Amino acid sequence: MKKELTRQQYLDLYYYMRLNRAVEDTMVKLFRQNKIVGGLYSSLGQEAISVGTSYALEKKDWLAPMIRNIGALLVKGVPPRDIFMQHMAKYDSPTKGKDGTSHFGDLDNLHIVSPISMLGDLIPVMVGVAMAGRYLGQKIVAMTWIGDGGSSTGVFHEGLNFAATQKAPFVLVLENNLWAYSTPVGRQVPLENLADRAKAYGIESYIVDGNDVVAVYSAAKEAVERARAGEGPILIEAKTFRRLGHAQHDPAEYVPKEMRSYWEARDPITLHEKFLTSEKLLDAGGKKEIEQKLDTLLASEREFAENSPLPPGELAETGVYCTGDECHKIRAKWERPIAEVTPPKSSVAAVWTIPGFGSGKGSGGANAPIHFGDTQTAVGKPASEAKSANDGKPVAKVAVKAAAKKTAKTARATASRKARR
Amino acid sequence: MARTNGAAATNGTQVTFLEAIKQAMFEEMERDPTVVLLGEDVGVYGGAFKTSEGLLERFGWERVIDTPISESAIIGAACGMSYLGLRPICEMQFIDFIVCAFNQITNFVAKGHYLWNAPAPMVIRGPSGGGVHGGPFHSANPEMYFVHTPGLKVIYPSTPYDAKGLLKAAVRDNNPVLFFEHKFLYRRIKGEVPSGDYTVPIGKAVVRREGRHLTILSYAAMMHTALEASDALAKEGIEAEVIDLHTLLPLDEETILNSVKKTNKCLVVHEDTKTGGIAGEIAAILFEKAFQDLDGPLVRVTSLDTPVPYAPTLEEYFLPNAKKVFSAAKELARY
Repeated sequence: MKKELTRQQYLDLYYYMRLNRAVEDTMVKLFRQNKIVGGLYSSLGQEAISVGTSYALEKKDWLAPMIRNIGALLVKGVPPRDIFMQHMAKYDSPTKGKDGTSHFGDLDNLHIVSPISMLGDLIPVMVGVAMAGRYLGQKIVAMTWIGDGGSSTGVFHEGLNFAATQKAPFVLVLENNLWAYSTPVGRQVPLENLADRAKAYGIESYIVDGNDVVAVYSAAKEAVERARAGEGPILIEAKTFRRLGHAQHDPAEYVPKEMRSYWEARDPITLHEKFLTSEKLLDAGGKKEIEQKLDTLLASEREFAENSPLPPGELAETGVYCTGDECHKIRAKWERPIAEVTPPKSSVAAVWTIPGFGSGKGSGGANAPIHFGDTQTAVGKPASEAKSANDGKPVAKVAVKAAAKKTAKTARATASRKARR
Repeated sequence: MARTNGAAATNGTQVTFLEAIKQAMFEEMERDPTVVLLGEDVGVYGGAFKTSEGLLERFGWERVIDTPISESAIIGAACGMSYLGLRPICEMQFIDFIVCAFNQITNFVAKGHYLWNAPAPMVIRGPSGGGVHGGPFHSANPEMYFVHTPGLKVIYPSTPYDAKGLLKAAVRDNNPVLFFEHKFLYRRIKGEVPSGDYTVPIGKAVVRREGRHLTILSYAAMMHTALEASDALAKEGIEAEVIDLHTLLPLDEETILNSVKKTNKCLVVHEDTKTGGIAGEIAAILFEKAFQDLDGPLVRVTSLDTPVPYAPTLEEYFLPNAKKVFSAAKELARY
């Protein structure tokens, strides 16, 4: 189901994969020079997924990356310097040094939601983004990624199930890279294809070769279009392999050698380059041109990042709360008539109706029975007139001794009596 | 001494605590189309406590959303909605279940503004508290888990006036606000609310009763217990100053300190369990900022350090009551 792309699209996919890898190569150098403050995670060998899926999004669409989706950030328009500075905890980084790695976002321009380290949490958040976009008439799609390991979390299920019940315009990319830190996928999920989980939610899914960028893009493009058209959420399983350890500190010696060499021979950039060469879309000169462009870009981005200072200590105290309009003017961007969201002009039909119910008629209105509560208002009766909850009822000795004897006339006692009626 | 309900003179009507909350949601949804409600059984059924009854009819299926039993999905989705400028209200059917979404709230919702400058204007509200024999999983007071989380605001009102005004303020706030509704008060408390639009400022405590012998700090249902005890104390010539904290985060230190500097004694009543309750934080504040003013120990009247038990006899023993407050206050006044 690979799509036929334009020359420029084929080359864009190549460029962004090269950029993705070059940015990460640069960060490995920075890491070895002790210029990276915390951990460094790699998407080596998985670039086709980040790039191919995010390339299917439009500018107005929203995404939320995981730790190995730097490629998606680059496609969306994040400059490499921001990624360098995040890792180096610099003052000019998007979070001003308050968080590292790809933990940053941009609500106003690029439409990126920041991830947190707890896996799966982005799923319901992006479902909410998708629902809000639909509510406002923006016709957007929300996309996020999850690993084979992260798909075991409870919130993965809650989020995907909610998305399905809401038919939210949401695309979830499940990067099955075979390893969750040191645990192989077979020890996490007893399924050959993680995409099978989609069946449990009654949603569509695709399985795609995660090292074939054109195949990834084609599947993502179709998923995004279907989600945008109102067909509901779609799960894409991209099969791939995590070439390095969980992070820089981890040599991943637990990975079988044959597995590693199998996947190393299927490097997504090499594969796409072969395709471009055989289709005469790229020659040696064109490749050299791209490499020079990347070298120049990354040298200046890296220089900018290295020259940025660390944040001043006292910054730590600022920004816990939004202080109001001078801090953030929160304005929803309506792209449909506001009257359409509320009856009688609502453009969405009732899911079901039962005459009278919910109107205060069928269910008793202001005196409707409530969970653990009086049906009658008790106000007007001073609490001191109330009697003990246990008046006239036998209780065990220890309770008599312990509970305020018959003199404890509290408001609570009134309630106890009433609630037990 | 006259009691004040914190309201200016109004021409309003007497409504129950529950009605005040429903009015607040109704009026905010009427005022602002970005306000939506989501939760379990909030739509067709109108909420387990009927706080959202009639909202589905008025505001339709896009704005009043019945969700699956998925607290993390409710909170997470609301957070995502807030990023596009909506102001969602999430109902936890019972506030006990809020801890199912603990990670979403403490790690995602609360940290966004600090870390990446992303405000999350959303409200998480639900029925809390004991005294109605709900048992250990339908009676919780989990406010302090969240008071310990920078980035959140935590409100726990005691009167219909405050409930309505604070809930409206919470919806309009640009930060995530947790709004606890003591279910014991839902239909047992009535009070006047103004006919027009109003809000009550978040983070400003209210002096419910003026006095000079000691300060009693409380909130939510225990506020009424504290007032009842203060009536009894007054008959013995002990004038307690009773303050309704109503916002636990941010805590109104100024009002607390001003009162304690006047009375020199402080008693805190809360329905939350003792260890780690707000009384401990207040004790620390007084030690730091009013040590020279204290003429007695800080006294805590709280629930026991146990889960909330089910049997009426056990629950009654577990909870503070006016008698316990009266005795403790009398002893402190004599100290």
